[in-house]
Amino acid sequence: MIPAQFDYLAPSTLEDALAALAEHGDDAKIIAGGQSLLPVLRMRLNAPELVIDLGKIEALRGVRDDGDAIVIGAMTRHIDVLNDPLVKENAFVITKAVEQLADPQVRHRGTFGGALAHADPAGDLGAPCLALDAQFVIAGPGGERTVEAVDFFVDLFATAIEEGEILTEVRIPKRAGWGAHYEKFVRVAHQWPIVAVAAAVKVAHTDAGATISEARVGLTNMGSTPLRARSVEQALIGQPPTDAAVRQAAASAAEGTNPPSDLNGDADYRRHLVTVLTRRAVLAAAGA
Amino acid sequence: MTRISVTVDGATYADDVEPRMLLVHFLRERLGKTGTVVGCDTSNCGACTVHLDGRSVKSCNVLAVQADGSEVTTIEGLAHDGELHPMQAAFHECHALQCGYCTPGMIMQSIDLLNENPTPTEEEIRSGLEGNLCRCTGYHNIVRAVQTASGQQTSASATLEETAS
Repeated sequence: MIPAQFDYLAPSTLEDALAALAEHGDDAKIIAGGQSLLPVLRMRLNAPELVIDLGKIEALRGVRDDGDAIVIGAMTRHIDVLNDPLVKENAFVITKAVEQLADPQVRHRGTFGGALAHADPAGDLGAPCLALDAQFVIAGPGGERTVEAVDFFVDLFATAIEEGEILTEVRIPKRAGWGAHYEKFVRVAHQWPIVAVAAAVKVAHTDAGATISEARVGLTNMGSTPLRARSVEQALIGQPPTDAAVRQAAASAAEGTNPPSDLNGDADYRRHLVTVLTRRAVLAAAGA
Repeated sequence: MTRISVTVDGATYADDVEPRMLLVHFLRERLGKTGTVVGCDTSNCGACTVHLDGRSVKSCNVLAVQADGSEVTTIEGLAHDGELHPMQAAFHECHALQCGYCTPGMIMQSIDLLNENPTPTEEEIRSGLEGNLCRCTGYHNIVRAVQTASGQQTSASATLEETAS
């Protein structure tokens, strides 16, 4: 399968990319790593007149320390996020999710920002970013703006990125010392999750034993956008990281979700599955 | 048309290509490097795996123009002076193929795997090859070949184990 014809630009600065986008409007499409876009172009589900490649803009790559947050450049490849010590130390649930994202070849090529801007509800990065209250930095003709994770994911394959804008980086507040796990349920190893759960928890150890003092739980593919399981988070606070306590807290994981029905399972199946995966994710994150 | 310059298996090529041309088609149709095959054409099966600047990628999921200025290694660039690359030799010794169609991609990904992790466990090998499908389902000997190439198992001991079991 071969994509329809398009023109191609590979600017070396963000300013040039924004200028090209301003000139061509919605006839243009941004390509980052291309691991989601190229299949779409080959199947001719989309046929832009111009493809603007961000691959030569070095300023958009890399992870940096920014005080109380870490900042991941939109063009940072998954493999480089996976191996980054700052991410591992301060946003471990991201590391755990990227570890299971697609397969090695796709992780070598695909980018952090590209996957998030694509906003596939079954994508692995939305739930952990939402759970950690990530902020999305978006550049446009009028300058830069910052969007909270809860406002970034709008719908199926739709984000707060407007026409003429480019996602440049993602800021993630530091949470050092938290345990994390990404529990992903798949039929084929390198495919999208049927359901997945991102859990990050802080466990306090006192003379009375271990208790969960803070918890963040994000859900993948339980609706048209990534979701937070806030009732589970609240129920976990003050609980010991035991199977019985976590099982009870995880029972409400499907609350407020609207999962899809497809060949891999209907919505009711997913509503059950998410409670099981939430329990596993939280227990693993707590090191229990 | 877009002018690109790409180094493939040690030789540099300059060419005008349509932006929509996939890297795998550039390799096969422009350079005649048909050792890299198109399998599923949906970026699932990994048969078209090559190394792009030292890392494995699915060449049906990369545009040729994106490889401008890069170095590509294909299955055809592995052997030197008629001597097989150790991974190729291990696949041969362990009979790590049935129909052979997935083999170029399997070998390229296996080399990448050992570059990252020189002594992987069996589980790490299986997980490192998750992006490569063998529709003959001949995974067992492929895993053995990678173990052999990593020096963790000789092909002779693999045969003995098989006889014993």
